[in-house]
Amino acid sequence: MYFIDQFLWLIFPYITLTIFVVGHIYRYNTDQFGWQARSSEFLHKDRNLKWGSTLFHWGIILVFFGHVAGILVPKGFYEIIGISEPLYHWGAIWIGGGAGVITVVGVILLLVRRSTVERIRKNSTRSDFIVLILLSFVILTGFTNTVGYTATGGTFDYRDTVGPWFRGILLFSPNYQLMVGAPIGFQIHILSSFLLFAIWPFTRLVHMWSIPLTYLNRHYIVYRKRNPKKAFKAMERNS
Amino acid sequence: MRIKAQYGMVMSLDKCIGCHTCSITCNNTWTNRPGAEYMWWNNVETKPGIGYPKEWENQEKHKGGWEYKNEKLELKAGGRLSKLARLFYNPNLVDIDDYYEPWTYDYETLINSPAKKHQPVARPKSQLTGEYMDKIEWGPNWEDDLAGVHKTGLKDPNMRGLEESVRMEFEQTFMMYLPRICEHCLNAPCVSSCPSGAIYKRDEDGIVLVDQDACRSWRLCMTGCPYKKVYFNWKTQKAEKCTFCFPRIENGDPTICSETCVGRIRYIGIVFYDADKVLEAASVEDEKGLYESQLDIFLDPHDPEVIEAARKEGISEDWIEAAQRSPVYKMAVEQKIALPLHPEYRTLPMVWYVPPLSPIMGAFDGQQDTLDPNLVFPTIDQMRIPIQYLANLLTAGDTEVIRKVLKKLVAMRSYMRAKTIGKEPDKNLLEVTELTEETVEEMYRLMAIAKYSDRYIIPKAHREHSENMFIGQGTAGYDFMEGCSSCTGMTSDYFDDEGWRDIGGR
Repeated sequence: MYFIDQFLWLIFPYITLTIFVVGHIYRYNTDQFGWQARSSEFLHKDRNLKWGSTLFHWGIILVFFGHVAGILVPKGFYEIIGISEPLYHWGAIWIGGGAGVITVVGVILLLVRRSTVERIRKNSTRSDFIVLILLSFVILTGFTNTVGYTATGGTFDYRDTVGPWFRGILLFSPNYQLMVGAPIGFQIHILSSFLLFAIWPFTRLVHMWSIPLTYLNRHYIVYRKRNPKKAFKAMERNS
Repeated sequence: MRIKAQYGMVMSLDKCIGCHTCSITCNNTWTNRPGAEYMWWNNVETKPGIGYPKEWENQEKHKGGWEYKNEKLELKAGGRLSKLARLFYNPNLVDIDDYYEPWTYDYETLINSPAKKHQPVARPKSQLTGEYMDKIEWGPNWEDDLAGVHKTGLKDPNMRGLEESVRMEFEQTFMMYLPRICEHCLNAPCVSSCPSGAIYKRDEDGIVLVDQDACRSWRLCMTGCPYKKVYFNWKTQKAEKCTFCFPRIENGDPTICSETCVGRIRYIGIVFYDADKVLEAASVEDEKGLYESQLDIFLDPHDPEVIEAARKEGISEDWIEAAQRSPVYKMAVEQKIALPLHPEYRTLPMVWYVPPLSPIMGAFDGQQDTLDPNLVFPTIDQMRIPIQYLANLLTAGDTEVIRKVLKKLVAMRSYMRAKTIGKEPDKNLLEVTELTEETVEEMYRLMAIAKYSDRYIIPKAHREHSENMFIGQGTAGYDFMEGCSSCTGMTSDYFDDEGWRDIGGR
């Protein structure tokens, strides 16, 4: 078991995270044309998209911040600012669970739409389906961990195990043994997430990095002008 | 004063015969591709009608353009924050069914069919799904020559105020053609709606383009444009639009729709305008004042001060000369016979129209000397195309402006008719319509003679200002020599973002 544990909780995460980072750099530099949200609203505008897309996106944003609060922020921090264990637990279940419901409903509606509307199905790429199915899987396993395990009185505290392990990975001082005893539900959720990270740069998910926040303080009218000086510089650099 | 040059177009609707040659050549040049086949960057609509896409002029439904509210100009579909909040689902988006589901025909059955009792039939097949389509219920130019106008006519927003007086029965209604391309607006709402900054106005000539590499598929531009002239390529999931045929324009050639127009209705030229005054001009409270306010920001290219300012901005001599000879400036500003399409959208559009006069000729059944203005002027209000309709289309409802233009067109005909048959032209008539003999002759030359060299005054782009020609020398050739492969790295870099500089508008 020694090698398998080490592979799953040490080697595999680093391989996938490497693909995640290098893949994004590579794709951003070579495929600006493909770097986009691939919206299908124009082909078929319906209620499933309206509710599915809206719920899913807002839900996943909430879920993301929930993961930051539960995994990235150390347990000790909450003790310092005076958030007690029961209070945290309450928030994780009710706020986290609520966000989970929103996301699950959203992603299911999107999955139903993509597989039942003929126009959308026929104009979807394999990548569109793989991403959606894997994403649904990750979301469902995460959701069942929250409502099926933590909320029903499971004793496993991810803030003592998954949290330090994940921070260790990010800080290059990993301790894979923290994950060995985790319940299978958590393990599956984490492994599938890392798989998602690995395919992320090569799918439509890259649009997440292009949230156009700069729009908020931009001039409305954009003019562009040929700038010979800049063009010459770029040319000289390459010749 | 921040002076900029801007390409514009004028279409003389008097001369449009609705042949769709412009649409076809445009489609063959630009949109004959999967994902773009439903796009008609240039289309010709029969009016009245709901048009392409359906009811594009109904801004209560589609939320295109700008509105002036609480002393502030804002996009009708909402400001920056509310736009971002609707990135995930845009409730105002037109979808492909508002245009039409593109289809082809199963032509193979015509060739492969075995001998049968009946002729084989090529059935329509959807280009979106590849499935057969049982019944085609809408398509490009579905309303051609008033087809179905008894059903769709009253849904045309330009009919407001006319519902009572106009009959939509085929025999009693009226008809005109409206060819449409992107307006390349001075205050372009598509540019303003794009959260990625992918749509921009070219600083040199005002042509509005979509940077295909920067478009992220947020699709807010399509809602922003009230003319619905930004399209969504459903294969690449990116916005595409009329490019004003910039590769031709840069070379001094007219756009393909203009080049191939058999009625010679189109005119292309540049105008100078003051970019600092765009916001002010679009923020006039009274919609009917927008036509005048747009005229006011155009600068007189003969004015020495303007010429001096243009030189300071780096506008070259041949461009200044082109602005002085520009047919667009002449027809819009000097002769005041061309009018902007839907100025009430506050976009300051740059494709203008000479309203059609022709149907009035039928009103007399050839009984009178129909060119006698004393007879024709009073009947302008009774001509077949209601003045109010033209006003709703071109002047935000101001019928007085339309009347004036139509009178000018009559005066020109009357004057030239008298001249041709050796009669004394009625000078009083010119005075009434605020025309001089010189202007009338020029109008006649532009509209009736319509020489190619008068219709298109297109200065070439100055490549030498933006490129080092010396470095470019010898970088292209056949593959058995050095070929292009060695220089592709350079050229792609040369045209990428680094070569551009975004400069602020407002």
